[in-house]
Parts: sequence; structure tokens; C-alpha cells
Amino acid sequence: MCGIIGFISRKKRMIKGDKIAIALDSLKERGNGQGSGYVGYGIYPDYADCYALHVFLRNTPTYHKIIDRVKSILGLYGVVVKDEEIPVKEGVLKKEFIPWRFFYRFHDSYRDMENDLMVNIVMEINDKVDGAFVFSSGKNLGVFKATGWPMEVAEFYRLEEYEGYMWLGHARYPTNTRGWWGGAHPFNILNWSVVHNGEITSYGTNKRYVESFGYKCRMYTDTEVVAYIFDLLIRKHRLPVEYALSAMAPKFWDEIDRMEEEERRIHEAIRITYGPAALNGPFAIIVGTHEGMVFMNGEIEENNTLIGLTDRVKLRPLVAAEKDDLVFVSSEEAAIRRICPDLDKVEMPDAGTPIIVRLE
Amino acid sequence: MIPSAVPPKFKVEIDREKCMLCGRCVEECSWGVYRKERDRIVIYSNRCGACQRCVVMCPRDAITVIENTTCWRSHPLWTIEVREDIINQSKTGRVLLSATGNAKEYPIYFDHIVLDACQVTNPPIDPLREPMELRTYIGKKPKKLEFEFVEEEVEGKKIKRAKLKTKIAPNLKLETPIMIAHMSYGALSLNAHLAMAKAVKECGTYMGSGEGGLHRALYPYADHIITQVASGRFGVDVDYLNIGAAIEIKIGQGAKPGIGGHLPGEKVTAEVSMTRMIPEGTDAISPAPHHDIYSIEDLAQLVRSLKEATRWKKPVFVKIAAVHNVAAIANGIATSDADAVVIDGFRGGTGAAPKVFRDHVGIPIEIAIAAVDERLREEGVRNEISIIASGGIRSSADVFKAIALGADAVYIGTAVLIALGCRVCGRCYTGQCAWGIATQKPELVNRLDVEEGARRVANLIKAWTLELKELLGAAGINAIESLRGNRDRLRGVGLNEVELKALGIKHAGF
Ligand code: SF4
Ligand code: SF4
Repeated sequence: MCGIIGFISRKKRMIKGDKIAIALDSLKERGNGQGSGYVGYGIYPDYADCYALHVFLRNTPTYHKIIDRVKSILGLYGVVVKDEEIPVKEGVLKKEFIPWRFFYRFHDSYRDMENDLMVNIVMEINDKVDGAFVFSSGKNLGVFKATGWPMEVAEFYRLEEYEGYMWLGHARYPTNTRGWWGGAHPFNILNWSVVHNGEITSYGTNKRYVESFGYKCRMYTDTEVVAYIFDLLIRKHRLPVEYALSAMAPKFWDEIDRMEEEERRIHEAIRITYGPAALNGPFAIIVGTHEGMVFMNGEIEENNTLIGLTDRVKLRPLVAAEKDDLVFVSSEEAAIRRICPDLDKVEMPDAGTPIIVRLE
Repeated sequence: MIPSAVPPKFKVEIDREKCMLCGRCVEECSWGVYRKERDRIVIYSNRCGACQRCVVMCPRDAITVIENTTCWRSHPLWTIEVREDIINQSKTGRVLLSATGNAKEYPIYFDHIVLDACQVTNPPIDPLREPMELRTYIGKKPKKLEFEFVEEEVEGKKIKRAKLKTKIAPNLKLETPIMIAHMSYGALSLNAHLAMAKAVKECGTYMGSGEGGLHRALYPYADHIITQVASGRFGVDVDYLNIGAAIEIKIGQGAKPGIGGHLPGEKVTAEVSMTRMIPEGTDAISPAPHHDIYSIEDLAQLVRSLKEATRWKKPVFVKIAAVHNVAAIANGIATSDADAVVIDGFRGGTGAAPKVFRDHVGIPIEIAIAAVDERLREEGVRNEISIIASGGIRSSADVFKAIALGADAVYIGTAVLIALGCRVCGRCYTGQCAWGIATQKPELVNRLDVEEGARRVANLIKAWTLELKELLGAAGINAIESLRGNRDRLRGVGLNEVELKALGIKHAGF
């Protein structure tokens, strides 16, 4: 069981990172101090067109060698505009890893396929460079995570110094794998970030499915695979968002059998084709999305949005709430009220019914 | 003369106190074990194969069949079996015939794999309260779905809507991932075939016709029958191809990879001869290869021909025996137009196979599934073709494990025969089956009640289906597709590293 929360300003208002930390702190009960993390969207306006790679480097005296190896891979397709240690407050956490960031731009010749290339680069670094783990690879966003309590991790990364229009947070109570920095949430690939409460019982199936499309699961935990499934279904296969979410939390055959012909055919096709992408077991997830998602009505979303989804029998809690331009999604209403006591609306989405919040 | 009789395998005893001389055993035993002589039943134990028909039918429970304990000097190399086989072969100069699956003591990997269940961190699902979905589609799947957006006018407003552009090839819809394997009419009796057909219809699943054509009496059930095309092409015409739910090309069989089939002339009765489209009383011989398939592209052509003959409306499966390079062969099949590959492990049953093949050729199904699934994933085509596993699947646990290793569905054969009465005596090729299953003799066939047989087979499938749901629920999974290839939910016990690697699973404790 883990605590999750996310919020977004539909007007793209910038909000400081300490807000999400305060909210997440109230979900301490759902974690055990073995992993907390955040992602902020819009936090790197000065490098908005660069990929911001956050990488854990094994904390050894020779960590510069690891940086060189990462750079040599990056150098093949583009330029590192800037790289530095992610500013941290020393002494708050035991520094198992040194968090490093690279702002990176592809050469023009690779522009058309930069997202696919970035996925490959992330897979290659995680797979081949000993002592380096890429844990954030989107544009104008960044993941901050470590082993520790929500407040410790926020303090460590000096979260109050960042401003973003969307934030997700996660307090971990690890059940399936040992707590380590890379195992904390959010999980990110490109502009997708996932925080997840629950355990994916279909992990083995999902993992092997995405692996046959070239993704490599190296973080030893089930949430990683969710991020890859989002990337595969929505960005690569360009499924309309609503149908992609239905592939992940499929309608029951009973419901499908009762649908009118065209709808029935679509949902049958989704389950037949994307069965291995279905997420089974109890889960509630909050996802920060990649831009360019296609909706059922043909609209294309140019921005990052926020999605909340539970498993199809809703074995994990999820509530949504609104206040003016802000929309919150969390495992607990209490966490939302901690930072926004007076809400316009609170609702509990039905099992398997997604919440999708788009920018105005 | 060199006496060449070997001691009988079994010893039949009648409790003379209990026996009332009703003569039932004489009538029931089709092997001629009993003869009535005045006020006594005479026993010829050497004819007994322990099919237990007499034991079950004796109104006084007077009959016991026990293993004959006549002693051979024990020897680790020159086992009793080896000595018996040599004595028999030196007498006849023939290939030794045998039936049912591989009888050697190779490891049964299913029995070294254990399953997972949820405790605390995620809740098990109660199948009695929550939906538990076993529905399985067998056939070609697209790699991805494509949608197009069409503008429509609804109440004066123009709206765009996503429409599915991808066409899905015809798939078989199974309500449970358990199908009945191909066992031909000819090898089996019509009553056995009818019982199985009624059962699969009731359970929402399918049975294989076997290679002997389809008897007219089975036509009403044809939408639940997969018609087989084997190297003998028995009973194959355009009606046969079009009447079934799908077509299966049989390249090989787990019990006897690399050789064809042989139905002795005695079993080719008038009805069998009509169904198979061969003269009555002649041996029905399936050659080892298909004489139009000498390479993978020939197979691809046959797949396509069958598709054309059925206007691309029927899925076409290809069945191969699990042999060393099964993964590469399956991959070749996956890249043809075939919709499913059937892998038959070396424990697959048979009505008749040379003993030397049954016991020595082929590989275990567990490892074959793992190898094929893995290879198809490496090639990125796993999800586009279905894998059906067969050969030695004995229980719902085996089904569960086969699916978790990577199969979409399984075929069961021997288990179904056991449900119909078979006691696995292993003499199907003699045509004398006392249970009316593997015989064409009307007096024996009539012993098998079709309705009752259908009920028992349906019961078996339903019972396993229920158990599958319970196992899935305990694993916290509510749809079978989330089990497929989910080797994370399996652990090996008592297997070495090489075996674990071949199966793609971890050892318990990891
Ligand atoms: S069936 Fe039983 S009671 Fe009847 S003759 Fe045989 S042994 Fe005796
Ligand atoms: S089907 Fe074969 S093995 Fe079973 S009882 Fe009949 S002859 Fe014996």
C-alpha cells in the first residue's frame, strides 16, 4: 500500500514544490520511509526544449567515469547543453547515489525520431552503463526521488526552489522489491510519469510484452512497466487515450457482450490485441502525460495532462477534487485537504473509469 | 523350440467364495481373460491388461487384478522391460507397438513447478463474488490497432469519432482455455466422438476431429470442431474444410515425432471407410511427411491454400511435435499465415505408436512451451499468433502452469478418455477396448453411453475451469490474459540451473 497524490493547474499556474511535499507528508501512514518521490512539470523553463535527464550515479570516488560513459552515449546523437549535480541539501539523507542532470538536445538530423531515440538511449544507459540509472528523461520536467520519508526527500532535493504547473508525489511502502532509490516512484520515461499504489499481478506478462517492443525493465519493480505501456499504446501506437486506458483496465466481457455492435467490436479488438497490456491486480495510478495524445473525438492534446485510473474492480482508493483551476487526485481526501482545505467538489471515480484533466 | 512366453504382467484372481458364476466377466472382458467351464470361471491372466472393466462390472466385487510378482533377477541395466522386449522382438521380428504417452521416467516438470498466491500486500480475488474471466481468443492478432477519425453529424452538430480501421482475422472464441485434442474417428468409436462433441458444445470450447475425417453424425456439432488435415488427407474435401470452426494441419505428433500413422484394417469398418474415404478393411496409412510439404515454404503454401479454399474465414493451425528445434520451427510457422501453432509434447497420448518412438523421441512440453514463447517474443511476433500446448496435461494445475509458461490454451486427450471410462491400459491399437472407446466393434461401442459420456467430459472441463478460476483469484488475477506468459508467478522446486533457464523461471526462494 502506498500514498499517492497529484495536482494540476488547468491554467498552467506555477506552484512551488513544497506544496506537494506537505500533502504527501500527511500520507506518511501509507509509506514506511523506504522511498518517496515527486515529479514537477514545467520546472525547467530555461531549458524547455531540452531533454532533462536525471541520472543516479553510484556514489563512488570514480563517479566521473560513469558520467563520461553516459556522455559518450549521449554524444552519438546530440549535445549535452549543460550538466551538473542536482542541487541537494547535504546531511538530510545518506547519499547512496549522486543525482546528476543533463540537459540534452538532439542533432537536427535526429529531430523526427528524437522520442524513440531517447527511449533507446535510456534503455541503453540503464542496461549497459554500470552504476548509472536514468530516472527522468522528459522535457521541462524532473523527477526527484530517494529512499526516505516524504519531507526528507523534499528537503534533500530543495523542492521549494522549483515551480511547476503539475506535480505528482508518492510515499512508498515497498512490498515486492527492496527499497532503493531507483525503486521509488514516480517512474518516468519521456514525458510520462507514473505514481502507483498497489501491486500489478500481471507484471510478468506486461514486462515480457513491452520487452518485445524494445523496452527494458531494469528498476526491479512493477510501476516502471506502466510508464512503458503508456508510452507504447498512446505515443507509439497512437491509440485514442480513452481506448488505451480501456486496454489497461479492460471492460469485462459481460459488459462488452452487451454493447452495441460497433462499440462491442472495438472493445473486443482492444482486449484481443492488447490483452498482454492489461494491468491486473489492485492499483490506483496517477499519470503525468506526454503531449500529443489523441482523443476519441480526434482532438490532439498539445500539453501535459493528468490522468487518474484504478483497476477494474477498484481494489485501491482514488478520489478527485477541484478548487478553481486546480484539480487534485489522491489516494486520500485528507492529503488534498491538507493543502487545500476548502474544495469546490470531491468525487470518487468508478472502478476502471479514468479521470483525465486537460489544460485550458 | 525355444519357449518364448514371458510371465504375465498381471494376475487376475476371483474370490471363489464371492463369485456367483453369473458370467458377467466372461461377457465384459473383450480380451478373452475369462472362460466359463461348467461351474467354474477359468482365468487366462496373460491376456489381461488391467483395464479393470471386469473388476468394475462384477456384481459381487469378486475380482482382483494385481501386478504379477513373478520374480526376475533384478539388474539395473537389464531391466525386466528390456528383457521382455527382446524376447518379444526375437519372436516376431517386428517393431514393438505401444499406446498412450511416453512411459519412461523422464522428469515431469509440471510437478517441479509451484504457483503463487496473494498474501496481504494485495488481496486475493474471490471468484464467487467477482468476475473471473477465462475467455480466450485463438487466432491471428494484429500487432497494433489503428483508428481513423470520421466526421459525423449528430443532432445538427458535427463531431469526429474514432473508428476502428484494423480488421481482426477470424478467431476462435473459447470460454475456457481447455480444448479436446485431435483423436480420430477410426481410432476412437463414434460414441466417443459424439460424447466429446456434445461436451465441448456445452462448455463453449472446441474439439479436434483427428485425422480421420468427420462422421456425418458429428456435423451438427461442427461449429465446435477443428477439422484436421494430416498427411493421409483422410476425409478431406471442401465440405470438410468449410464445415468446421477451424482447420489444423498436422505435421507431427508428440507420441511419435517424425513418423506417420497406421490404422489397422480391422478398424476400418464400413462407416470408418466412408468417413475416411478409403476402401473398407484396408490399412489407413498416413505417410511420415506430407508429400506436398518438404520445406517451410511448402507449409506456408498449404496454409494459404486452405485459407483460400475457405475464403479466409477459418483460422488455420499447424501442429508439430515438440522436438529439439521446436522454437525455430514454430517461428517459421508464425511467419506464415497460420493462426496458431500447436505443440505436442513427448508425453502426448496415442492409440498406436512404435514403442521406441513413444519412449525416446521428442522433448517435454513444459520446456517446449517456454522455448517457443521466448523465441516468438524475441522475434516480436508472440502476440500475433496463438500457442496451443498439448501432451500430458493431467489437471487444472498443469493447464495453469502451461499458460503461465506461455501457452494460450491447451488440448487434453488422455484425460478426456479417462473421463469416458478409459483406464489407460495402453492397448488402444488392438481395437478391443472393453470400454467402447478405442474400438469399432458394435457390441463394445454400444457400451459407451453418449449422453452419460458427454456429461462426464463436460463435468471434467467444468471442474478444471472452476479450479482455474480459484487459482487465478488466489494469484490476484481476474482475466486469463494476465496469466499468459506470466512466469513471475511460477517457481521451480528441485530443478537445476539449466532447467530453470530453459523454463525461464526462478527457483523457490528467489
Ligand atoms: S463377474 Fe464376478 S461374480 Fe460374475 S462370474 Fe465373473 S467373477 Fe464371478
Ligand atoms: S482407450 Fe485404450 S487405454 Fe483406454 S481402456 Fe480403451 S484400450 Fe485401454
